[in-house]
Amino acid sequence: MMIVNELKAIYFIGLKDIKSYYFKPPNISWGILFPLAMALAFYLRNPTGMIDLVPGLLGMTLLFGATSMEAVVITFERRLGSFERLLLAPVSLEGVLMGKILGGAFFGFIVALSIFILSLIFFSFPKFNPFLLFSSLVLSSIAFSGLGGFVSVAVKEVFEAQTLANLFRFPMIFLSGVFIPIETLPKPIQFISYLLPLTYSVESLRNSLFSSRHSLPTWISLLILFAFSSLFYSVSTWVLRKRLG
Amino acid sequence: METKWVIEVEGLTKYYNGLLAVDHIHFKVKQGEIFGFLGPNGAGKTTTIRMLCGLLTPSEGKARVMGLDIQKETVQVKRQIGVVPEISNLYDELTCLENLIFMGQLYGVPKDEREKSAEELIQLVRLESKKDIPFSKLSKGMKRSLTIAAALVHKPPIVFLDEPTSGLDVMSARNLRSMIRDLNQQGTTIFLTTHNIEEANLLCHRIAIIVKGRIIANDTPEALRRSVQEKFVIEVGVENPGTSDLSKRVKEMEGVEEVKQNQNRFILSFSKRPSLENLFYSLRERGIVISSVNTLQPTLEDAFVSITGLDKEIMMVDKEGKKV
Repeated sequence: MMIVNELKAIYFIGLKDIKSYYFKPPNISWGILFPLAMALAFYLRNPTGMIDLVPGLLGMTLLFGATSMEAVVITFERRLGSFERLLLAPVSLEGVLMGKILGGAFFGFIVALSIFILSLIFFSFPKFNPFLLFSSLVLSSIAFSGLGGFVSVAVKEVFEAQTLANLFRFPMIFLSGVFIPIETLPKPIQFISYLLPLTYSVESLRNSLFSSRHSLPTWISLLILFAFSSLFYSVSTWVLRKRLG
Repeated sequence: METKWVIEVEGLTKYYNGLLAVDHIHFKVKQGEIFGFLGPNGAGKTTTIRMLCGLLTPSEGKARVMGLDIQKETVQVKRQIGVVPEISNLYDELTCLENLIFMGQLYGVPKDEREKSAEELIQLVRLESKKDIPFSKLSKGMKRSLTIAAALVHKPPIVFLDEPTSGLDVMSARNLRSMIRDLNQQGTTIFLTTHNIEEANLLCHRIAIIVKGRIIANDTPEALRRSVQEKFVIEVGVENPGTSDLSKRVKEMEGVEEVKQNQNRFILSFSKRPSLENLFYSLRERGIVISSVNTLQPTLEDAFVSITGLDKEIMMVDKEGKKV
């Protein structure tokens, strides 16, 4: 019974965030407009090679969408005091953070899925695997939302959260194969690339769209994304518990 | 009938970065009473409430709420309590009704009861006309009322209120006190913190006085007042105050230690509680025509000052150190 109550509370926390925060300005600017502007810039530069960039752009959209949502949701509520309402409710701290992270993940997932559907107007992916694509989108959005959760429990203000998030996000765009294939990077940089979650997100998305095996089997990428999700979630919970005393 | 203790605290202690905020406190709260935690800002009242509500982990000691351990059974404890924090912290972007429905969802109120219960609570706090407007648009007093309503969505047997009337205007504070009394009369145990002596006097059945993290007195307001009563003081109104030697004649009465005359009133101090019958007889015997008699007791403020040794002005200072 307690587990059922906990799961219900997690669902309602996520649902409330979805209803309340999807159209907050930082989400629109960082979560939707920024990835769209980047996609447009690359399309105008090289319209014929655009199809190769679709997995990277989807990964980048997931990254910016999910982390922006978390940076708003948790930091904003902590500053106003309403986060405490959740801590007073009969839900564990782990449950509260799970609800928050799933709400952010859903935002990233929906934005990325919308961009994928939009891309179908321009491109065709005859060999794409819907199950793998779905799994990649879900696991990536949870991992990135977890990263956003960690960033937002570590700071106090919304702008600090966005700034700290950018510290992780921008290097990842250039090191994780979004625009530049990892194989073309110098070896030491490639080592760093394989420490970043976006690398595995882009790898698995590319494999699911083109059915072509790149450097890693898809299941390994998915497994690593799951490990990143668990790591970010555990560290966020630990940091938040420490901060609450 | 056996007393049922709904809150039992033993040696509860909290350190913040090595600083002692709450110092090995012990107290118990009876079912159905209004129990007040009275003390100046920074005394440890909010820290205590936050430990009892599961928001802070105690450094030492233990506490049980409705028989449940606050550290081992935190989630179950949270089901038994409603909490009204000092800051009205519902969701600005949700309407009054949406806020209460969301709280119902968090506390596991069944779906078919959620909306009905939210509507009833909106009526209870007299916000029917505001139910569809966002929380951010309410006045301070209305926000406070809705925050109280939010603490009641799951019908908890105990409600914690942290400085419930702090920052409210006189009218809103009065309405809120009346709401707290009504809630208590319906059987809810109330635990409130306040730095307002008059509020504690008006509302509480029992009061614990806390200073620098330690409880230094814990009793009924009446008993606290009595505990500092060194003299029994009686004010006697007389109809013939101009009569010569009247003051001298009163002073000669048995047991009288001091007499002060203020026009047609005498203030008589006794070291022991006098018999009123004997007092009337002695006064009449001395030719005094009585128009009124009042027994004067120390106020709770007098008791607070005497027990704590603090200046009563210290209670007028808010958390930012400004005078309120």
